[in-house]
Amino acid sequence: MDINRFERRDAFEWHIPPSGNMRVPAVIYADEALISAMDDKVYEQVTNVATLPGIVKASYAMPDAHWGYGFPIGGVAAFDANQGGVISAGGVGFDISCGVRTLLTGLTHAQLEGHESHLADVLYRHIPVGLGSKGEIALNPREMDAMLGGGARWAVAGGYGTPADLERIEEQGAMADARPDYVSERAKTRQKQEMGTLGSGNHYLEVQQVVEVFDAHVADVFGLHRGEVVVSIHCGSRGLGHQLGTEFLRDMAAAAPEQGIVLPDRELACVRIESELGKRYLGAMRAAINCAFANRQIITHLVREAFVRFFPEARLELLYDVSHNTCKREDHRVEGHMQSLFVHRKGATRAFGPGHADLPDTFSAIGQPVLIGGSMGTSSYILVGTSESEARAFSSACHGAGRAMSRHAARRRWRGRQLVDELAERHIQIRSPSSRGVAEEAPGAYKDVRAVVESAERAGLARRVARLEPIVCVKG
Amino acid sequence: MDARNWEHFEHEADIGLAATSDSRERLFEAMGAALSAVITDPAIVRPRQRVRIRCSAPDNALLMVDWINALIYEMATRGMIFGRFAVTIEDSRLSAKAWGEAVDVGRHHPAAEVKGATYTALRVSRQDDGEWLAQCVIDV
Repeated sequence: MDINRFERRDAFEWHIPPSGNMRVPAVIYADEALISAMDDKVYEQVTNVATLPGIVKASYAMPDAHWGYGFPIGGVAAFDANQGGVISAGGVGFDISCGVRTLLTGLTHAQLEGHESHLADVLYRHIPVGLGSKGEIALNPREMDAMLGGGARWAVAGGYGTPADLERIEEQGAMADARPDYVSERAKTRQKQEMGTLGSGNHYLEVQQVVEVFDAHVADVFGLHRGEVVVSIHCGSRGLGHQLGTEFLRDMAAAAPEQGIVLPDRELACVRIESELGKRYLGAMRAAINCAFANRQIITHLVREAFVRFFPEARLELLYDVSHNTCKREDHRVEGHMQSLFVHRKGATRAFGPGHADLPDTFSAIGQPVLIGGSMGTSSYILVGTSESEARAFSSACHGAGRAMSRHAARRRWRGRQLVDELAERHIQIRSPSSRGVAEEAPGAYKDVRAVVESAERAGLARRVARLEPIVCVKG
Repeated sequence: MDARNWEHFEHEADIGLAATSDSRERLFEAMGAALSAVITDPAIVRPRQRVRIRCSAPDNALLMVDWINALIYEMATRGMIFGRFAVTIEDSRLSAKAWGEAVDVGRHHPAAEVKGATYTALRVSRQDDGEWLAQCVIDV
């Protein structure tokens, strides 16, 4: 994008003042190189979001922003239901509550040496991954509704993990006010055989090493130590979320004009939060969030089973589980007073700072972990939420690197088999059922995540705590 | 396989499907093939099983989204990939048969899992020379 289209507030904050139908300004957090490299659709989409009814303060875009569906990916926008505010299925995304969780193994990289390839094989065989893979449990209708109401709590009650896991998940692992009865039969059918599956595309499971610590105190509280091994899981609500996204996008596109909402882009389909359809979407989306929680909880159990085969004493404690495609009702300070808002984070991660009531006791004094995935073969980062993040973007941060080129272009440039061999020479074990999928997920196809997290830190959104490098990567 | 002219176009995070044809119905069939090609080569998909699909929508563009989403749903819930399509459209109602087989990872090497069709860059239109064209971005 041409930086002359923006008002530069400082090196990491760029404004688009309201014009036309915009009700609030648009604000992009990024350094000059990142914002210059963003596609022009980001400008169009972040300003379109600023036109929606009931939007509060600004329409935000994170340092990893890129072209999305209505909302930019990396978009954050909060709405006041009392001002006729809206909720948008496109502002949440197809993969509702796609997110990341990180497990602490307590093992050192040295302990893993010599086992990497075998561990990769075991993880690959043990966790269902890729198109056509099925989960080990198929839910009947009663179990499906229990899962959609109970999330990770349901999974723990079923023997997947421990109660201690729950306090390390947003919403303590179960989204309140979920309405399984608002989830369609088609969405439930699509999910029936997908519980505990990783999916494909940019979903992954990585065994990683902590290679750099930026904040020793916070890293210590998080349990991160240089040279130690962690495991990160990136996936979401699977077929159920995708089907709900499809259905509600369609319904909202039809309903918006009936509610007097002018859509600058059909993809920005939304409805009033207080409308019947708005309430239905909220209830269904909350159920889908629970589906993602349950899914990652089951996969966690499978990862623990795999590790125990090599290291019988390993416990794999959950550090934290974050989601980056949600709309949540949160209280935020706006112009000196607390306001209840519906905060959309589309490819953006919640980043509550120190003292927030929703944090587990262990993290209360320092803020929540913010887990930022890199791409296959590149660094990932763990950040911590900051006090100033609320004023910046309703306590939100980036979620990953974002793609630098299309899947099509990546396939033309790289061969999956060759990439696997090259990464093996760098001591990174890749396992995937799809050579073409590996090519599409080539490290070079993604932006530099280091620049994204540095911008996030300099913009006050979240602060770097540790950097991770991959050892094993299982991809769909 | 009843392939007509289709291709994939660039979209940053996902994949764009595009097709042209001399008839609206063949256009929809071509977009079905373009969808399957995201997963595997439609030419290697054996027509072992037939599935009926019906949908309707107020205009051609929305009908295209519904058609693609119906194919995605059937593939996801049946564990199948489709390689051949026969579409009939009357007014705003689509009735189709899709032929395919169960996903065979060893033979199909499925590259991606499709989440849903979006309204991004959505277009179905007829040119002055009578040729139909369509495009649609799908989330993978």
